[in-house]
Amino acid sequence: MQQALRIPLSDVDVIDSTDVIGHAEAFCHARKPGVSPQPARPEARGLPLAIRDLHKSFGDNEVLRGIDLDVPVGQFVAIVGQSGCGKSTLLRLIAGLDKPTSGSISFGEAAARPEDIRVMFQEPRLLPWARVLANVEVGLGRERQSAGAHERARHALEEVGLAEKRDQWPAVLSGGQKQRVALARALVSGPRLLAFDEPLGALDALTRIAMQRLLERVWADQTFTAILVTHDVAEAVALADRVLVIEDGRIAEDISVDLPRPRQRGSAELAALEGSILGQLLGPGTTG
Amino acid sequence: MSLIDSLPKVRKLNLPKADGLLPWLVPLAILLIWQAASLAGLVSPRVLPAPSDVARAGWKLLWSGELGRNIWVSFWRASIGFLIGGGIGFAFGLANGLSQLSAKLTDTTLQMIRNVPHLALIPLVILWFGIDESAKLFLVALGVFFPVYLNTLHGIRTVDPQLIEMGRVYGMTDSELFRRVIFPGALPSIFVGLRFALGIMWLTLIVAETIAASSGLGYMAMQAREFMQIDVVVLSILIYALLGKVADSASRALERLTLSWHPAFSKH
Repeated sequence: MQQALRIPLSDVDVIDSTDVIGHAEAFCHARKPGVSPQPARPEARGLPLAIRDLHKSFGDNEVLRGIDLDVPVGQFVAIVGQSGCGKSTLLRLIAGLDKPTSGSISFGEAAARPEDIRVMFQEPRLLPWARVLANVEVGLGRERQSAGAHERARHALEEVGLAEKRDQWPAVLSGGQKQRVALARALVSGPRLLAFDEPLGALDALTRIAMQRLLERVWADQTFTAILVTHDVAEAVALADRVLVIEDGRIAEDISVDLPRPRQRGSAELAALEGSILGQLLGPGTTG
Repeated sequence: MSLIDSLPKVRKLNLPKADGLLPWLVPLAILLIWQAASLAGLVSPRVLPAPSDVARAGWKLLWSGELGRNIWVSFWRASIGFLIGGGIGFAFGLANGLSQLSAKLTDTTLQMIRNVPHLALIPLVILWFGIDESAKLFLVALGVFFPVYLNTLHGIRTVDPQLIEMGRVYGMTDSELFRRVIFPGALPSIFVGLRFALGIMWLTLIVAETIAASSGLGYMAMQAREFMQIDVVVLSILIYALLGKVADSASRALERLTLSWHPAFSKH
C-alpha cells in the first residue's frame, strides 16, 4: 500500500483521449492476425507459443472460432475484448485448464514441463488453512518435496515484497497482499509462460497500479512469456508489447505497442493508443 | 484502527480472569436459589431435593464405588458406540462425497434409513440382542452415524471448486489434493457433525439404559426411581448435564486446535 500511495499525481491523471487520438498512428500499427510483431528477446528463457486453427465449443455455443497466433519467447501479450468474447476461454486453453474442441497449441520444440506453465487467477485462490509460505510452496508442484523448497518459496515471497508475512494465515492479508502471494506462488517454480486471468480485476485503483508495476518488474527480471487477459485497456497498453483484440471468438486486431519502458501512465501516447483500441472495442462512432 | 477494533481489547484488560468464570455464573446462581428455596421450605424434598442432599447422595454413591462404576460403564458404551457409528458415517461421507458411483449406490438407501427415528427400533433391538451390551452399542452407533455422515458429505461437496482447480493446475496428485485441499476444506462441516453426534450419543445411551440395562447411569436412575430415591435421580440428571458439557468442550478444543486458520476460531 505504501508503494501505491507514493505514485505522483501526474501518473494517475486522466488525459482526455479524444485530444490526442492523432498520436496513436505513430505508435500503433494494426496488423493481420497471426503474424508475430516483435523479434524474440535474445536473453529470454520463456516459451514460445504457437496456436493453430483453435476452436472451442460448449455444447452448441461456439466460443472460439479459429484462432491462429504466434507469440515469440518472452513477449508480453495482452488480450482484451468485451465480456463473453472468448478471451478467458482462450487463456484457459493455453493454460491447459480446458481441452480444445479442435486445433492445436504448442510451446516450441521441447515438451514443456507442467511447472513451466503457470496461471494466476482473478481470485487469489490461496489455501486458507495453509500459512503464506506453505501456500507459495504449492507452486513448486512436484518439486515441493525437494531440499531447497523452503528457500525457493522464501525467495519468491521476497520478490513480491511479502517476506515478513510468511508465517501469517491468508485470512489476515489484504486483497492486494493475497494477490501478491498468489503471484509468488505462480513465480516460485520459475515458469517459462505465465497466464494471467484478470488478476487485478478485483483490486482498488491504487493497489492495482502498484501491482501492474510489480508484474512488469518480475516479467522484466524473469523473462517469461506473459499472456494477460484483461478488460482494462489502459492496463493492457501500459504493460504489454502487443495487444490482441478478440471479437466473436476471433482475433480482430493485433496491435504492437512499441513504447519504451517504464511507461508513463497517463502519457499522451498511451492515452491515444488506449482511445483507438477502445474505439475498436465499442464499435465505430464512439471515439469522436 | 477503528473504534470497534479496539473494543474487545479494552474489555479483556478490565476483566482478565472473570472471562473464564462468566459462563458458570448462571448455573451457580440457579444452584444457590434452589438451595435457598429448599431451606426455606418452598420446595418439598419429595418433589425436588436440595442440592446439598443431592451432593450427599453423590458422595455416598462415590464412596460405595457404585457411581464411578456406572459412569465408567456409560462412558465406555458411549465412546465405543460413537467410534463405530461415527467411523462408518465418516467413511460413507468420504466415499459418497468423492465418488459419484458410491453416492448413487448408497445415498438413497441411507436417506430412507435416516428418516426412521432410531429410538423406535428399541423393541426390535431388544428382540435381536436382548439387553446385552451390543444392543446399546448398536443404538448409539446408529444414532451417531447420520449427523457424521451428512455433515462429512456436505463438507466435501462444498469445498471451493476454485481451490480444487488450483490444486490440479499446480500438479497435486489425487491423494495430495485430498490431504491438502479437500479434507481441510471439509473439516469445519465435519466438526458440526461431530458436535451434533455427541448430543445424540448421550440421548440414545440414556434412553437405552433406562429401558434395557443392568448397569450404567440410566440404569442407576431407574433403580433409584423404584426405591423413591429422588436425590439419586436428580444426581444422574446433573451428571448427564456435566458429561454433555465435557463432550462439547472436548470437541471445541479439537476445533480450536485444527481450525486455527479460520477467522471464526482463531484466538485473536
